[in-house]
Amino acid sequence: MGLIQIGRHDKDGELDIITTSLEKVVNWARKGSLWPMTFGLACCAIEMIAAVSSRYDMDRYGAGVFRASPRQSDLMIVAGTVCRRMAPVIRKIYDQMPEPKYVIAMGSCATSGNIYDSYSVVQGVDRFVPVDIYVPGCPPTPEALFDGILKLQERIMQKRVFVKQPEQVRV
Amino acid sequence: MSTLAQHIQREFPEGFVKAVEWRGDLTVTVRRESLHDVAGFLHDDPEMDFDYIVHVSSVDWPDDVERFEVVYEFYSIRKRHRIRLKTRVPESDCEVTSLTDIWKGADFMEREVYDMMGIRFRNHPDLRRILMPDDYDEGYPLRKDFPLRGKGWRDTFEFLDEKVL
Repeated sequence: MGLIQIGRHDKDGELDIITTSLEKVVNWARKGSLWPMTFGLACCAIEMIAAVSSRYDMDRYGAGVFRASPRQSDLMIVAGTVCRRMAPVIRKIYDQMPEPKYVIAMGSCATSGNIYDSYSVVQGVDRFVPVDIYVPGCPPTPEALFDGILKLQERIMQKRVFVKQPEQVRV
Repeated sequence: MSTLAQHIQREFPEGFVKAVEWRGDLTVTVRRESLHDVAGFLHDDPEMDFDYIVHVSSVDWPDDVERFEVVYEFYSIRKRHRIRLKTRVPESDCEVTSLTDIWKGADFMEREVYDMMGIRFRNHPDLRRILMPDDYDEGYPLRKDFPLRGKGWRDTFEFLDEKVL
Protein backbone atom coordinates (compact mmCIF):
# COMPACT_ATOMS: atom_id res chain seq x y z
CA MET A 1 0.00 0.00 0.00
CA GLY A 2 2.93 2.29 0.36
CA LEU A 3 2.16 3.71 3.77
CA ILE A 4 5.27 5.06 5.45
CA GLN A 5 5.37 5.74 9.12
CA ILE A 6 7.35 8.78 10.14
CA GLY A 7 7.53 10.85 13.27
CA ARG A 8 8.41 8.96 16.38
CA HIS A 9 11.40 6.80 15.86
CA ASP A 10 11.08 4.96 19.10
CA LYS A 11 8.46 2.39 18.35
CA ASP A 12 5.85 2.32 21.08
CA GLY A 13 3.15 0.73 18.99
CA GLU A 14 1.22 3.90 18.33
CA LEU A 15 0.81 5.17 14.83
CA ASP A 16 1.13 8.91 14.61
CA ILE A 17 1.71 10.11 11.09
CA ILE A 18 1.19 8.31 7.86
CA THR A 19 2.39 9.68 4.57
CA THR A 20 0.92 8.47 1.37
CA SER A 21 -0.72 9.92 -1.65
CA LEU A 22 -4.32 11.02 -1.38
CA GLU A 23 -5.07 8.94 -4.45
CA LYS A 24 -3.98 5.81 -2.68
CA VAL A 25 -6.12 6.57 0.33
CA VAL A 26 -9.16 7.17 -1.84
CA ASN A 27 -8.58 3.97 -3.78
CA TRP A 28 -7.93 2.07 -0.59
CA ALA A 29 -11.21 3.27 0.85
CA ARG A 30 -13.05 2.38 -2.34
CA LYS A 31 -11.67 -1.09 -2.68
CA GLY A 32 -12.34 -1.93 0.94
CA SER A 33 -15.98 -1.01 0.77
CA LEU A 34 -17.50 -2.46 -2.35
CA TRP A 35 -21.26 -2.58 -2.17
CA PRO A 36 -22.43 -5.18 -4.65
CA MET A 37 -25.86 -5.26 -6.12
CA THR A 38 -27.82 -8.48 -6.26
CA PHE A 39 -28.15 -9.39 -9.87
CA GLY A 40 -28.68 -13.13 -9.88
CA LEU A 41 -30.13 -14.35 -13.16
CA ALA A 42 -29.55 -18.10 -13.00
CA CYS A 43 -27.62 -20.83 -11.20
CA CYS A 44 -24.57 -18.56 -10.71
CA ALA A 45 -26.70 -16.61 -8.25
CA ILE A 46 -26.70 -19.63 -5.93
CA GLU A 47 -22.90 -19.58 -5.84
CA MET A 48 -22.96 -15.84 -5.30
CA ILE A 49 -25.33 -16.29 -2.36
CA ALA A 50 -23.06 -19.01 -0.99
CA ALA A 51 -20.14 -16.63 -1.27
CA VAL A 52 -21.90 -14.10 0.93
CA SER A 53 -23.16 -16.48 3.58
CA SER A 54 -21.30 -17.70 6.63
CA ARG A 55 -19.12 -20.48 5.21
CA TYR A 56 -17.28 -18.25 2.74
CA ASP A 57 -18.12 -14.81 4.19
CA MET A 58 -17.51 -12.28 1.45
CA ASP A 59 -17.68 -9.57 4.11
CA ARG A 60 -14.00 -10.28 4.80
CA TYR A 61 -13.16 -8.32 1.67
CA GLY A 62 -15.55 -5.53 2.51
CA ALA A 63 -17.89 -6.62 -0.23
CA GLY A 64 -20.69 -8.20 1.74
CA VAL A 65 -23.29 -5.48 1.87
CA PHE A 66 -25.56 -6.59 -0.94
CA ARG A 67 -28.08 -3.95 -1.96
CA ALA A 68 -31.27 -4.37 -3.86
CA SER A 69 -31.05 -0.85 -5.23
CA PRO A 70 -28.58 0.33 -7.88
CA ARG A 71 -28.49 3.77 -6.25
CA GLN A 72 -26.76 2.36 -3.21
CA SER A 73 -24.30 0.03 -4.87
CA ASP A 74 -21.13 0.37 -6.87
CA LEU A 75 -20.45 -3.18 -8.03
CA MET A 76 -22.78 -5.09 -10.31
CA ILE A 77 -22.17 -8.84 -10.31
CA VAL A 78 -24.04 -10.14 -13.34
CA ALA A 79 -24.50 -13.75 -12.32
CA GLY A 80 -26.18 -15.92 -14.91
CA THR A 81 -27.53 -16.24 -18.42
CA VAL A 82 -28.49 -12.88 -19.89
CA CYS A 83 -31.52 -13.07 -22.14
CA ARG A 84 -31.92 -10.38 -24.75
CA ARG A 85 -35.16 -9.29 -23.16
CA MET A 86 -33.30 -8.65 -19.89
CA ALA A 87 -30.62 -6.54 -21.58
CA PRO A 88 -32.36 -3.12 -21.45
CA VAL A 89 -33.09 -3.69 -17.76
CA ILE A 90 -29.44 -4.43 -16.99
CA ARG A 91 -28.33 -1.37 -18.93
CA LYS A 92 -30.84 0.86 -17.14
CA ILE A 93 -29.75 -0.41 -13.75
CA TYR A 94 -26.11 0.06 -14.71
CA ASP A 95 -26.87 3.64 -15.71
CA GLN A 96 -28.56 4.25 -12.37
CA MET A 97 -25.52 3.24 -10.34
CA PRO A 98 -23.43 6.14 -9.02
CA GLU A 99 -19.82 6.54 -10.12
CA PRO A 100 -17.38 4.95 -9.58
CA LYS A 101 -18.97 1.69 -10.64
CA TYR A 102 -17.63 -1.69 -11.54
CA VAL A 103 -19.06 -4.75 -13.28
CA ILE A 104 -18.12 -8.37 -12.75
CA ALA A 105 -19.38 -10.84 -15.34
CA MET A 106 -19.77 -13.97 -13.26
CA GLY A 107 -19.83 -17.29 -15.08
CA SER A 108 -19.53 -18.39 -18.67
CA CYS A 109 -23.02 -17.24 -19.62
CA ALA A 110 -22.55 -13.64 -18.56
CA THR A 111 -19.09 -13.71 -20.14
CA SER A 112 -19.86 -15.23 -23.52
CA GLY A 113 -23.29 -16.80 -23.58
CA ASN A 114 -21.80 -20.23 -22.87
CA ILE A 115 -23.55 -23.07 -24.74
CA TYR A 116 -26.66 -20.96 -25.23
CA ASP A 117 -25.91 -19.92 -28.78
CA SER A 118 -29.58 -19.27 -29.45
CA TYR A 119 -31.90 -16.55 -30.69
CA SER A 120 -32.73 -15.21 -27.24
CA VAL A 121 -29.45 -15.25 -25.30
CA VAL A 122 -27.01 -12.34 -25.39
CA GLN A 123 -23.50 -13.56 -26.16
CA GLY A 124 -21.89 -11.82 -23.20
CA VAL A 125 -22.90 -8.79 -21.12
CA ASP A 126 -19.90 -6.88 -22.44
CA ARG A 127 -21.97 -6.21 -25.54
CA PHE A 128 -23.92 -3.53 -23.72
CA VAL A 129 -22.18 -2.74 -20.43
CA PRO A 130 -18.42 -2.32 -19.82
CA VAL A 131 -17.10 -5.26 -17.82
CA ASP A 132 -14.13 -4.99 -15.47
CA ILE A 133 -13.60 -8.59 -14.44
CA TYR A 134 -14.66 -11.85 -16.05
CA VAL A 135 -15.00 -14.82 -13.73
CA PRO A 136 -15.02 -18.10 -15.69
CA GLY A 137 -16.82 -21.21 -14.54
CA CYS A 138 -20.13 -22.94 -14.92
CA PRO A 139 -20.98 -21.93 -12.30
CA PRO A 140 -17.83 -20.45 -10.68
CA THR A 141 -17.19 -21.55 -7.12
CA PRO A 142 -17.31 -18.90 -4.38
CA GLU A 143 -13.50 -19.03 -4.36
CA ALA A 144 -13.48 -18.08 -8.03
CA LEU A 145 -15.78 -15.16 -7.33
CA PHE A 146 -13.45 -14.06 -4.50
CA ASP A 147 -10.56 -14.22 -6.94
CA GLY A 148 -12.51 -11.92 -9.22
CA ILE A 149 -13.21 -9.50 -6.38
CA LEU A 150 -9.55 -9.48 -5.28
CA LYS A 151 -8.51 -8.86 -8.88
CA LEU A 152 -11.02 -6.02 -9.02
CA GLN A 153 -9.56 -4.56 -5.84
CA GLU A 154 -6.11 -4.67 -7.42
CA ARG A 155 -7.53 -2.83 -10.39
CA ILE A 156 -9.18 -0.22 -8.20
CA MET A 157 -5.83 0.47 -6.53
CA GLN A 158 -4.34 1.26 -9.92
CA LYS A 159 -6.99 3.78 -10.89
CA ARG A 160 -6.16 7.45 -11.18
CA VAL A 161 -8.57 9.47 -9.11
CA PHE A 162 -7.53 13.10 -9.53
CA VAL A 163 -6.24 12.87 -13.06
CA LYS A 164 -8.69 13.10 -15.92
CA GLN A 165 -9.21 9.66 -17.33
CA PRO A 166 -10.02 8.90 -20.91
CA GLU A 167 -13.72 8.81 -21.68
CA GLN A 168 -15.23 5.44 -21.01
CA VAL A 169 -15.18 3.35 -24.12
CA ARG A 170 -18.64 3.09 -25.55
CA VAL A 171 -19.70 -0.43 -26.34
CA MET B 1 -57.75 -49.85 -27.00
CA SER B 2 -58.45 -48.46 -23.59
CA THR B 3 -61.98 -47.83 -22.41
CA LEU B 4 -61.38 -44.09 -22.36
CA ALA B 5 -60.40 -44.10 -26.03
CA GLN B 6 -63.35 -46.33 -26.92
CA HIS B 7 -65.62 -43.96 -25.10
CA ILE B 8 -64.31 -41.01 -27.07
CA GLN B 9 -64.60 -42.91 -30.36
CA ARG B 10 -68.21 -43.81 -29.57
CA GLU B 11 -69.10 -40.22 -28.78
CA PHE B 12 -67.22 -38.66 -31.68
CA PRO B 13 -67.07 -41.12 -34.60
CA GLU B 14 -66.48 -38.27 -37.05
CA GLY B 15 -63.76 -36.41 -35.18
CA PHE B 16 -61.84 -39.42 -33.89
CA VAL B 17 -58.65 -40.15 -35.87
CA LYS B 18 -56.67 -42.65 -33.83
CA ALA B 19 -55.69 -43.69 -30.34
CA VAL B 20 -52.24 -44.88 -29.33
CA GLU B 21 -51.32 -46.35 -25.99
CA TRP B 22 -47.67 -46.71 -25.17
CA ARG B 23 -46.39 -47.75 -21.76
CA GLY B 24 -49.58 -46.67 -20.12
CA ASP B 25 -49.77 -43.28 -21.81
CA LEU B 26 -52.95 -42.82 -23.80
CA THR B 27 -52.81 -40.48 -26.76
CA VAL B 28 -55.92 -39.64 -28.75
CA THR B 29 -55.72 -37.75 -32.02
CA VAL B 30 -58.80 -35.88 -33.18
CA ARG B 31 -59.72 -33.63 -36.08
CA ARG B 32 -59.37 -30.02 -35.20
CA GLU B 33 -63.02 -29.26 -36.06
CA SER B 34 -64.13 -31.45 -33.17
CA LEU B 35 -61.27 -30.58 -30.80
CA HIS B 36 -63.34 -28.20 -28.73
CA ASP B 37 -66.27 -30.62 -28.46
CA VAL B 38 -64.00 -33.50 -27.44
CA ALA B 39 -62.30 -31.30 -24.86
CA GLY B 40 -65.66 -30.23 -23.47
CA PHE B 41 -66.68 -33.86 -23.27
CA LEU B 42 -63.46 -34.79 -21.46
CA HIS B 43 -64.09 -32.03 -18.96
CA ASP B 44 -67.81 -32.54 -18.33
CA ASP B 45 -68.45 -36.27 -18.66
CA PRO B 46 -68.47 -37.90 -15.20
CA GLU B 47 -66.56 -40.93 -16.56
CA MET B 48 -63.83 -38.66 -17.92
CA ASP B 49 -63.77 -35.83 -15.37
CA PHE B 50 -60.55 -34.23 -16.62
CA ASP B 51 -60.57 -31.16 -14.42
CA TYR B 52 -56.92 -30.17 -14.76
CA ILE B 53 -55.09 -29.04 -17.89
CA VAL B 54 -51.46 -29.98 -17.43
CA HIS B 55 -49.83 -28.55 -20.50
CA VAL B 56 -50.32 -27.26 -24.01
CA SER B 57 -47.48 -27.67 -26.46
CA SER B 58 -46.92 -27.94 -30.17
CA VAL B 59 -44.78 -29.89 -32.63
CA ASP B 60 -43.52 -28.86 -36.04
CA TRP B 61 -43.41 -31.60 -38.69
CA PRO B 62 -41.99 -29.63 -41.64
CA ASP B 63 -42.46 -32.40 -44.21
CA ASP B 64 -46.10 -33.13 -43.45
CA VAL B 65 -49.08 -31.58 -45.20
CA GLU B 66 -50.71 -30.75 -41.90
CA ARG B 67 -47.52 -29.30 -40.58
CA PHE B 68 -48.26 -28.43 -36.98
CA GLU B 69 -49.49 -30.57 -34.15
CA VAL B 70 -51.04 -29.11 -31.02
CA VAL B 71 -50.73 -31.34 -27.98
CA TYR B 72 -52.87 -31.05 -24.86
CA GLU B 73 -52.32 -33.01 -21.68
CA PHE B 74 -55.14 -33.45 -19.21
CA TYR B 75 -55.31 -34.99 -15.78
CA SER B 76 -58.20 -35.91 -13.56
CA ILE B 77 -57.44 -35.15 -9.96
CA ARG B 78 -60.42 -37.15 -8.67
CA LYS B 79 -60.11 -40.14 -11.02
CA ARG B 80 -56.30 -40.01 -11.24
CA HIS B 81 -56.01 -40.71 -14.92
CA ARG B 82 -54.34 -38.88 -17.74
CA ILE B 83 -54.87 -38.37 -21.43
CA ARG B 84 -52.98 -36.68 -24.22
CA LEU B 85 -55.04 -35.04 -26.92
CA LYS B 86 -53.49 -34.17 -30.27
CA THR B 87 -54.72 -32.36 -33.32
CA ARG B 88 -53.09 -31.34 -36.59
CA VAL B 89 -53.27 -28.04 -38.43
CA PRO B 90 -51.86 -27.03 -41.84
CA GLU B 91 -49.49 -24.08 -42.18
CA SER B 92 -51.84 -22.16 -44.48
CA ASP B 93 -54.54 -22.03 -41.83
CA CYS B 94 -52.90 -22.71 -38.48
CA GLU B 95 -55.73 -21.91 -36.15
CA VAL B 96 -57.49 -24.01 -33.55
CA THR B 97 -60.27 -23.16 -31.14
CA SER B 98 -59.11 -21.99 -27.77
CA LEU B 99 -59.93 -24.14 -24.74
CA THR B 100 -59.80 -21.22 -22.33
CA ASP B 101 -63.59 -21.32 -21.91
CA ILE B 102 -63.28 -24.90 -20.60
CA TRP B 103 -60.05 -24.67 -18.60
CA LYS B 104 -58.98 -21.17 -17.64
CA GLY B 105 -55.45 -22.45 -17.13
CA ALA B 106 -55.06 -22.90 -20.87
CA ASP B 107 -54.67 -19.13 -21.25
CA PHE B 108 -50.92 -18.66 -20.77
CA MET B 109 -50.02 -22.04 -22.28
CA GLU B 110 -51.88 -21.26 -25.49
CA ARG B 111 -50.19 -17.89 -25.57
CA GLU B 112 -46.85 -19.66 -25.35
CA VAL B 113 -47.76 -21.92 -28.26
CA TYR B 114 -48.79 -18.87 -30.23
CA ASP B 115 -45.57 -17.07 -29.32
CA MET B 116 -43.22 -19.91 -30.14
CA MET B 117 -44.98 -21.68 -33.02
CA GLY B 118 -47.38 -19.13 -34.44
CA ILE B 119 -50.53 -21.19 -34.06
CA ARG B 120 -53.50 -18.93 -33.42
CA PHE B 121 -56.28 -19.76 -31.00
CA ARG B 122 -59.79 -18.69 -31.93
CA ASN B 123 -61.79 -17.05 -29.11
CA HIS B 124 -58.72 -16.66 -26.93
CA PRO B 125 -59.33 -13.68 -24.59
CA ASP B 126 -55.84 -12.17 -24.87
CA LEU B 127 -53.72 -13.70 -27.62
CA ARG B 128 -50.41 -11.84 -27.29
CA ARG B 129 -46.82 -12.99 -27.17
CA ILE B 130 -45.82 -14.08 -23.71
CA LEU B 131 -42.08 -14.92 -23.71
CA MET B 132 -40.83 -12.72 -26.51
CA PRO B 133 -41.46 -8.95 -26.50
CA ASP B 134 -44.70 -7.70 -28.02
CA ASP B 135 -42.87 -6.00 -30.88
CA TYR B 136 -40.71 -9.01 -31.76
CA ASP B 137 -40.94 -9.40 -35.51
CA GLU B 138 -38.57 -12.20 -36.49
CA GLY B 139 -41.28 -14.84 -36.57
CA TYR B 140 -41.83 -17.87 -34.42
CA PRO B 141 -38.61 -19.23 -32.90
CA LEU B 142 -39.54 -22.87 -32.36
CA ARG B 143 -40.48 -23.51 -35.98
CA LYS B 144 -38.02 -25.82 -37.68
CA ASP B 145 -37.25 -23.30 -40.42
CA PHE B 146 -36.29 -20.62 -37.88
CA PRO B 147 -32.50 -20.17 -37.71
CA LEU B 148 -31.04 -21.34 -34.41
CA ARG B 149 -29.24 -18.05 -33.76
CA GLY B 150 -32.23 -15.94 -34.72
CA LYS B 151 -32.18 -13.19 -37.29
CA GLY B 152 -30.04 -10.61 -35.53
CA TRP B 153 -32.30 -9.49 -32.69
CA ARG B 154 -30.06 -10.86 -29.94
CA ASP B 155 -27.16 -8.70 -31.20
CA THR B 156 -29.02 -5.41 -31.64
CA PHE B 157 -29.11 -3.15 -28.62
CA GLU B 158 -31.16 -0.20 -29.73
CA PHE B 159 -31.47 1.03 -26.13
CA LEU B 160 -27.77 1.96 -26.18
CA ASP B 161 -28.59 4.82 -28.53
CA GLU B 162 -31.25 6.27 -26.28
CA LYS B 163 -30.31 9.29 -24.25
CA VAL B 164 -29.53 8.44 -20.66
CA LEU B 165 -31.58 10.49 -18.25
